Amino acid sequence: MNLSSQSRSRLVIAATFLVALVLSILPWPVWTEQFRPDWVALVLIYWCMALPGRIGVGSGFFAGLILDVLYGSMLGENALAKSLIAFLTVHFHLQLRMFPRWQQAVVVLLLVAANNLLVLWIKHLAGASPSTWSYITPGIVSMLIWPWLFVILRDIRRHGNIS
Amino acid sequence: MLQIAGLQIRVPSNLTRFVLFALLSVALMLLDKRGHHLQNIRAGLTVVFAPIQLIAAVPVRAGGAVVDFFRGDTAQREELERLRKERPLLFARLEKYEALAAENAHLRQLLGTSALVADKALAAELLEVASEPFRRTIVIAKGAKDGLYVGQPVIDAFGIRGQVTEVGVYQSRAILITDPDHAIPVQVNRNGLRAVAFGTGDADTVSIRYLTASADIREGDLLVSSGLGGGFPFGYPVAKVVKIVNNPNESFLDIVATPVAQLGHHKEVLLIWPSKSTTPPAARKPEAPLKPAATKKPPEARQPAPSKPPAASPPTAPTAAPTGPAATPKPEPTPAPPSPPAGEPMP
Repeated sequence: MNLSSQSRSRLVIAATFLVALVLSILPWPVWTEQFRPDWVALVLIYWCMALPGRIGVGSGFFAGLILDVLYGSMLGENALAKSLIAFLTVHFHLQLRMFPRWQQAVVVLLLVAANNLLVLWIKHLAGASPSTWSYITPGIVSMLIWPWLFVILRDIRRHGNIS
Repeated sequence: MLQIAGLQIRVPSNLTRFVLFALLSVALMLLDKRGHHLQNIRAGLTVVFAPIQLIAAVPVRAGGAVVDFFRGDTAQREELERLRKERPLLFARLEKYEALAAENAHLRQLLGTSALVADKALAAELLEVASEPFRRTIVIAKGAKDGLYVGQPVIDAFGIRGQVTEVGVYQSRAILITDPDHAIPVQVNRNGLRAVAFGTGDADTVSIRYLTASADIREGDLLVSSGLGGGFPFGYPVAKVVKIVNNPNESFLDIVATPVAQLGHHKEVLLIWPSKSTTPPAARKPEAPLKPAATKKPPEARQPAPSKPPAASPPTAPTAAPTGPAATPKPEPTPAPPSPPAGEPMP
């Protein structure tokens, strides 16, 4: 019983990550690309905050690695960025839980912006030159989505009795 | 929310884990970038996670199916489908025409020949449009089983879109000409000025760098692939110059061009296998007049032909001579229509 609930909750968490991964490669018109929220980061932040003992740097790393494969980018790029997000979230999860929702959203903005800056920086080091691309817009959209996503994921967690 | 301590081993702290995984990421990046040791691993991972890409492609396909369903009865739909498949192929053949016409005008009196051979082409569905920030790539639904190769040109009905960078079994990734990592050798269609078009990362611009203020390039010029480097075939439209800024402080012109291919839309792209003979005209050896020459100027092309069998054509032979011998001093390459050299042994 215990084992089955354990594995079931693991399945639910994996499913939320899967949905996030699909959403992050879902085709949209090109001009909307820069407004695409960082779905994987959002889901990762939520689970790191809710279950820091189970979801952490390792999960972030693997989610980022899958993202690298799907994007066709250099392996490890997003893995490193997502590990950073997971690390920061787990490290501050107690404070984050106490924050009001809007303040959490601001932290999400900062985390996603840090994620994109890190990726941009790695790309520059690797010799690519993405000339003009705002790293802040996905962060802003992620920030706006956070309160709603938080409620959805919390309901999923409570409904599935995941802890 | 408690830590699950495995046996007696202490669970590593959050920071330790981060450092470990960060080092692992850096190692992966170095291996991937420097040595290309990860090609096989990446290929394997791509296959493992292909279902995610297929799921992501479902809404697009379903949307298309729904639209088709409400569109009309079966026969019409089939007809439409067939025509829609044909269209890009026909356009692709057409798109060489412009470059060809210019080339003909410039070179006909010199070479008397122009060689653009129809390339083998394959239509491929677009599975995914680059979603990674900072990059411009697409995923297409054809792979190694269809004979794709890395570096293969990807075009659409309007011009060159990019080239294949990764080949999976069933799907491949292509980099668009607007990707910041991409550069393509081009030439101005009007006068053959050579240049290189670099991607900018911006969805609809490429930049032409390293042209000095004296270069003969104007706004509105069409840039076609020059075929130098051997990656892309000669003569496909690439971009149109939209803005030229001459900043006296810079050594080079700042030239912005818009890709001719519709990078943003269209569900289907074309993969082409350039034939060996499509080299830039300057480097090309005189060859037998090809389809374009024959189809464009039927009356002239025909003229020498009748002259061949009777041998009683001293008046026609001289007329063909001024264009002919200058162009084809080399041993005669192919038999069929090129009669000018054939005229020599006659007397």
